[in-house]
Parts: sequence; C-alpha cells; structure tokens
Amino acid sequence: MEKEQKHVAVIGAGIAGLHTANLLAQSGHKVTILEKEKYPGGHLNQWHHLFPDHSSPEWIISGLLDEQLQFDHLKMISSTEITSIEKNNGHFAINAGNELRIYADAVVISTGFKLFDARQKEEYGYGLFKNVITSADLEQSLKSGQPLTTASGKTPSRVAFIHCIGSRDAKCGNTYCSKVCCITGVKQALEISEMLPETEIFCFYMDLRLYGSKFDDLYLQAQKKHKIQFIRGRLSEAAETHDKRLQIKAEDTLSGRPLRMEVDMIVLLAGMEKNEAHQMFSSTKLLELDEHGFFKSKNIQLTRNETTQPGIFIAGTCICPMSVNETIENAGAASILVNRYLEHQQLTNHHE
Amino acid sequence: MQTETSKNWSQFNKDIANDHYYYLRSCIRQNFFPGSEVAFLDILRNKLGKTIYDDASHTTCAGIGYHCDIVPFETIQALAARHFSLMTEKGLKHAVVSCVTSFGIYSEILDTWNHFPESLEKTRNALRKSTGREFELPENVVHCSDIVYKFRKEIKDQAKHTLTNTKTGKPLKIVDHIGCHYAKIFPERGVGGAEFPKVLTGMITAWGGETVDYPERRHCCGFGFRHYFVKNNRSYSLSNSKKKFESMEPFQPDAIVTNCPGCNLFLDRWQYTLEQIERKTYGQQGQGIPVLTYEELAGLVLGYDPWKLGLQFHQVEVEPFLDKMGIAYKKGDKYKNLDGKIIGERPMVNELNIV
Amino acid sequence: MNEFAHLVSRPSRQIDYQTFDNRLLAYVLRYEPSFLTCMSCGGCTATCSAGKLTDFNIRRIGLMLRRGQTDKLAAEIDKCMFCGKCSLVCPRDVNIRNVVLLIKKESTRLHAENQKV
Repeated sequence: MEKEQKHVAVIGAGIAGLHTANLLAQSGHKVTILEKEKYPGGHLNQWHHLFPDHSSPEWIISGLLDEQLQFDHLKMISSTEITSIEKNNGHFAINAGNELRIYADAVVISTGFKLFDARQKEEYGYGLFKNVITSADLEQSLKSGQPLTTASGKTPSRVAFIHCIGSRDAKCGNTYCSKVCCITGVKQALEISEMLPETEIFCFYMDLRLYGSKFDDLYLQAQKKHKIQFIRGRLSEAAETHDKRLQIKAEDTLSGRPLRMEVDMIVLLAGMEKNEAHQMFSSTKLLELDEHGFFKSKNIQLTRNETTQPGIFIAGTCICPMSVNETIENAGAASILVNRYLEHQQLTNHHE
Repeated sequence: MQTETSKNWSQFNKDIANDHYYYLRSCIRQNFFPGSEVAFLDILRNKLGKTIYDDASHTTCAGIGYHCDIVPFETIQALAARHFSLMTEKGLKHAVVSCVTSFGIYSEILDTWNHFPESLEKTRNALRKSTGREFELPENVVHCSDIVYKFRKEIKDQAKHTLTNTKTGKPLKIVDHIGCHYAKIFPERGVGGAEFPKVLTGMITAWGGETVDYPERRHCCGFGFRHYFVKNNRSYSLSNSKKKFESMEPFQPDAIVTNCPGCNLFLDRWQYTLEQIERKTYGQQGQGIPVLTYEELAGLVLGYDPWKLGLQFHQVEVEPFLDKMGIAYKKGDKYKNLDGKIIGERPMVNELNIV
Repeated sequence: MNEFAHLVSRPSRQIDYQTFDNRLLAYVLRYEPSFLTCMSCGGCTATCSAGKLTDFNIRRIGLMLRRGQTDKLAAEIDKCMFCGKCSLVCPRDVNIRNVVLLIKKESTRLHAENQKV
C-alpha cells in the first residue's frame, strides 16, 4: 500500500513550530508553516544568551532553518496572519490575509506566548521611570554588545532584579508561575556581574523556582562567585529619587522588617501570558482554552499536545510557559502525536 | 476574591456628573479651612454656572468615629441612608463629597450594598422605622476634587494667575498629596487610580505648575484616626508625616496641595511641631512648605483674595507662595474677621514661652 | 511646660541600605566567603545547642550581619557554645562556626576602635 502524502499546516514559526515542522517533513508529510512576522524565530530573536549554558540562541534558529533546506515539501509563508480555521469532513481550511486559503489534513498551533506588559504593574514604574527596564529590554541591551548604563549613561553601582512580574499575581489576573523568569534573572544577574564586577546586585523574590537541570549551579555561582544577594520579599513600590535613582521598598521577610534601598536600575522579570491570537480559536468554539487562556490539552498527563479538537495539535508555549529545551522536547512530542493521527487517518481511509 | 487592580490607570477616567449636585460637607474642614468649602460653592455657582444644593439638614457621616472603632458599620450605613434620603427629597442624584473620609465611607457602603443587598434592605428598614424616610441610591458619587479636576480647563480659561514663579518665569513645583481613602480602597473611584492619581496633578499642570513625584508620595500623612486621636499614639502620626517631609525636601517644593481634610491639617501643623521639637524645617530659606487645599489653589488661580479664602488659617505661612505667584495682598487684612475687625496677630514663636 | 513633651519622632524600623555599616560583613566575607551562599534554610538553628536553652538564633545572626544590624550582634554571639553542629548540618557548606568567631573577633576590634575615637 502506497502512502498518500498528507498536508500539515503549522501556525507560528517560533522554535516550537520550526522543530515540529522539520520532524513532520522528515516523516514525509507535506508541511506549510505560516508566520505572521517577516522573519521566523519568534521571541528568541530578541534573546542574547540562553540559560543555563549562556549559549547564543542564534544557532538554534539558524540550525532549524538550515535543516528545512533539505525538504522540498516544506515551505514557509511569512508576513501572513491567519483569520480563521474551518473544519469540514475531518479536513481543515485555513484562511489567511491576501485571500490565501490553505487546505490541511492536520494543524499544529505553535503561536507561542505574549510577554507580560510590565506597565500594568504601575507601582514599579515601568514606562514612567527610565531606569526601570524589563528582562526583555535587558536582553536586547546585552545583545547590542554595548556596556550597560543608566539612562544618563552612568555605570550602575546597584541593580535590583524583581521576580514574578505578571506571574503568581492575582492583581494582574495571572495566578500561575511563568517558570523561566527566576532562572532568567539569575542568568542576567551573572551576566551583568561579569560585565560590571563592581556593581552590587540584589534579587527580590517570593519563592525561587529554579527547578531545571543545572539551574541550581547558576544560583550557587551567583552567590559564591558574584556575591549576588537574594532577598525574600516582594517589592511594594518603586519611586524616583531627586537624583534619578530609584527607591524601592520591600519586606525582608526573613527578619520581618521593612527594607528600603536606593538602586540605579531595576530589572523587572516579566512573565509569559496567553497570546491574544488564542481568542480567535475559542470564539469560534473550535478549541477550548484553559483557565489561564492557554490552549487546553485533551489530557494534561498523556496527550499534552492534543487539543480538544481532533486534528488540531499544539506545541510550545501556547500550552504553558516553557524554557527553550522544554519547548524543543515538546515540539518533538507534538510531531509524534501528529504522525500517529495521520497514520490512523490513512488506515481509516484505506478501509473505506 | 480576586481583585484586579492592575490596568493602565493613566488611561482611566471615572464618571463625573456634569451638573445638579448635592453637597455633602466635611465636619472638620469647616473648622480648619472654612474658606475652602465657601470657595468651592462660589466657584461652582458663579464661575462655572453649576447648581449645587448645600443642605443645612445633613449631619456628619461619623466616618471618624467609624475608623476609630467606636461607631459600628450599621450606624454609618443608616447615616448615609439618611443623607441619600435628603438628596432624594430634593430630587438630586449626584452626590459631591467634600471630605475624603466621607467619600471613602460612601464608597464602602455603596459597594457593600452592591455585594450584599440584604444590608441595603436592613438599612432601608432601619431608616424607615426610625425616621419614616425612604431613599434612592445616588447615580453618581464623587469627591469635590473630582469636580474641580473635571472643570480644570474652564478654571484655567478664567485664570487671573498661573502657578508660575513670576520672578523666574519657571513653573512652581507643587507636591500633591491624596487622602488614602480617595483611591486606595477603591482605585476605580479615583481619577487615575491609586498609584499615580491624576486628580490633583491634573489641576497643577493645567494651571501651569509642575508636579513633584517624590519617593514617599503614596505614604499616609500619618493621621490614621486612632493613631492621632489617642494622645499616646501621636508620635507615630508625627513620624509618618516626617517621613514624607524628608522624602520631598530634596525636590524643594514651593507648596503642598491636598484633597483630604486630615492630610492638610497634619502636613501643615506637624511642620510647626517638628520645628519646635527638632528645630528642623523642610521648606526653602528655613521656612515651612505651605500647605493648601485644592479649592484654595483654584481660588488663588481665579484671583480670589487670599485672606477671603482663609489662607491665614494655615500654620505654615503662605505669603512666600503668594509672592512667588505674584499675588498682591494686604498684610493688615490677614487677621481681620469677617466684619473687618482685627482679631489680633498670631504670637511669634519666641513669645509662646516654650521650653 | 513643654506642650510637645509627649511627641517624639520615632526612629524608622526600616532596614535602610543607604545608611548601612558594612564593615563587619566585609570582614566576615573576606575570611569566610562560604557565608555568601547561605539561603536561610534554618538547619543550623534547628540543631544549635545554645538555641535549645536560650533565644539564640544562629540563622538570624547571619541575617543581622547581612542587613547591617550589627549593634546587638556582639552580645548575641556570646550565647554560642562553639560546638560546631551548625557547620555539620549546613547544606551549603558554610563554616558557620567560623562566621561566629569572626564576628566576635572583628566586633571586639571595632568596639575598641570606636572607643578610641
């Protein structure tokens, strides 16, 4: 029995989408990737170094793109935002801008996350005070290769990292943990310390959630080698002082006393949020979302990559916050489930 | 319960009725800054052409007693109900509250009634049984500062003075202090929310001044009700105000403007106290920082006579601020009563016989 | 009579990093850098012999040192019996016993220095 070539549409060309697409193409399926931005790579394009090994994310993206070259049956359409997906007789019609219409036997959604808008935490002054930046801003700054300075061009003598911005916070509606911010903070603190050894660095945290492989080594290194200080206490507010430094207030919860500190720069470790694009799928009742607005899995234990709609699969941070290595693993798992689904479809069709 | 207080508050504007107001006065303002409420009514009626009913029959909201834990919640609900009943009787639906404590009380009660309709029913019954009165819920409850904020541009159009230092041509630097119960309990009831409220800064900038965002801007003035009313606790109250003065001092503000009766009193009087016990002043040239109400500030901008506004009731002398604004005033009129008689000047500090 | 006799402005309870005397901390870290890695787990306090009999809290000693609250430290560490059980239990391998010794040594010196001035 000769296999009929199936067509899979992958929505989103971040690392989850790219990796899933490559694996599916390798299995012989025809694959079309749809990307709304001009270039593939997603959030990772903005990132300087990854944890825990400080490697550059560029080789991950370029590696995934190079891999695509060997597949004639894989193509990517960029600068294209999809407007709707319809399901007819077990097949999918995907409508995108420019009157583009694509038919597919299965769909993989890998639309990723949205970075939390730190301006919502008004009390921390992002967007109001120039020396309050986010982890994403810091990453851009590190990527630029320029030495880190305050808005007025001075080398910061003291920097504070604030954990859990937009995560585990009922006040902004996100009660879940974004998982990657704690380790991002430790990684960035180390990088600042390497660049500016004289700079004092403090991390203000509620819980340190450094759960991944080799993450604790970074924590130990941060304390031991770089004298980075970790204070358990949530910031109540930041305010600008007369000389444009920032005054922060927190409780040192271990001594049970309020604490005040002036710093030159604040880095807000912004969390991951649902992508607004998710709304389109749930409004047409095609897919269900979970309580946090991420895509709901058919089964959270066994089939994390299957949605509540047969034939539509999910991969990467559109499911929940994930690190880069988890995303890659997750994309691999998604491709296996897609393969299984298409093979089953093939068999059913054959018998008909 | 999940409260989402994070929004882009700078975009947030609350609903403020346009006309036909019912005035709910403050207990303590009428004693401490009597000119402010008079000026407010005059500005509304004669400068902005609005109607506002000033009702002699309304009483205290008992908010001070409530926050001192001596008046129960049921009692203040009944008092609020009576005020709403007086308002209903006049056919008015827009309550305008002079005091931030009262504003917080009304907000708290309305929110309670919204969540627990049985409390509303209980209050209706209590009011009916005790007074035979009925009432409708107000359509709009705002603080007086909200009204002045709403009409800040109209006030600017009629301005005789701006908040500019006439000697240097630079904007005057003015610290805003918002009463805690204006927006900290219900951020959605304050213009601009609780972290960066716009209600006073909006006036300051509209009238040509510059606002000061100092680190302890959101810190309480220290009044704290029982923290002041119990004599043994007063040091606590004083220390809170001091924390604010220390934080604002490097910015060299020309004045402080407040929207809360308690804050105005404490930020004003404690400066004198601190001078007396620590020999420390926080203003320019060894003086205190003048503390004004927003009605007084609006009045000065509109060209009212400073002494008719009652600025002589403040402990910290306001003359340096008037001089900066280029406002002419008669020194001799400062201590005249309403009949034009001199009631005697304030004794100088060294005449007070303080050890 | 002083009408303000009942009023004092209270000292702030805030730990203030702007007025932080870090001499003692710097000394301890110089000779016992392992102290940097403490994460306040409290294992030391749980096993501490002195802590069973007095209000001595060895974890808090470290914390007071790191927050510049050094005024009461010298008196506090007199309660330590130098048994060394704290160092045995520490998951971060901090030589806590030596931290106490260093505090004792340097605070005695600083005290003498302050006396001289």
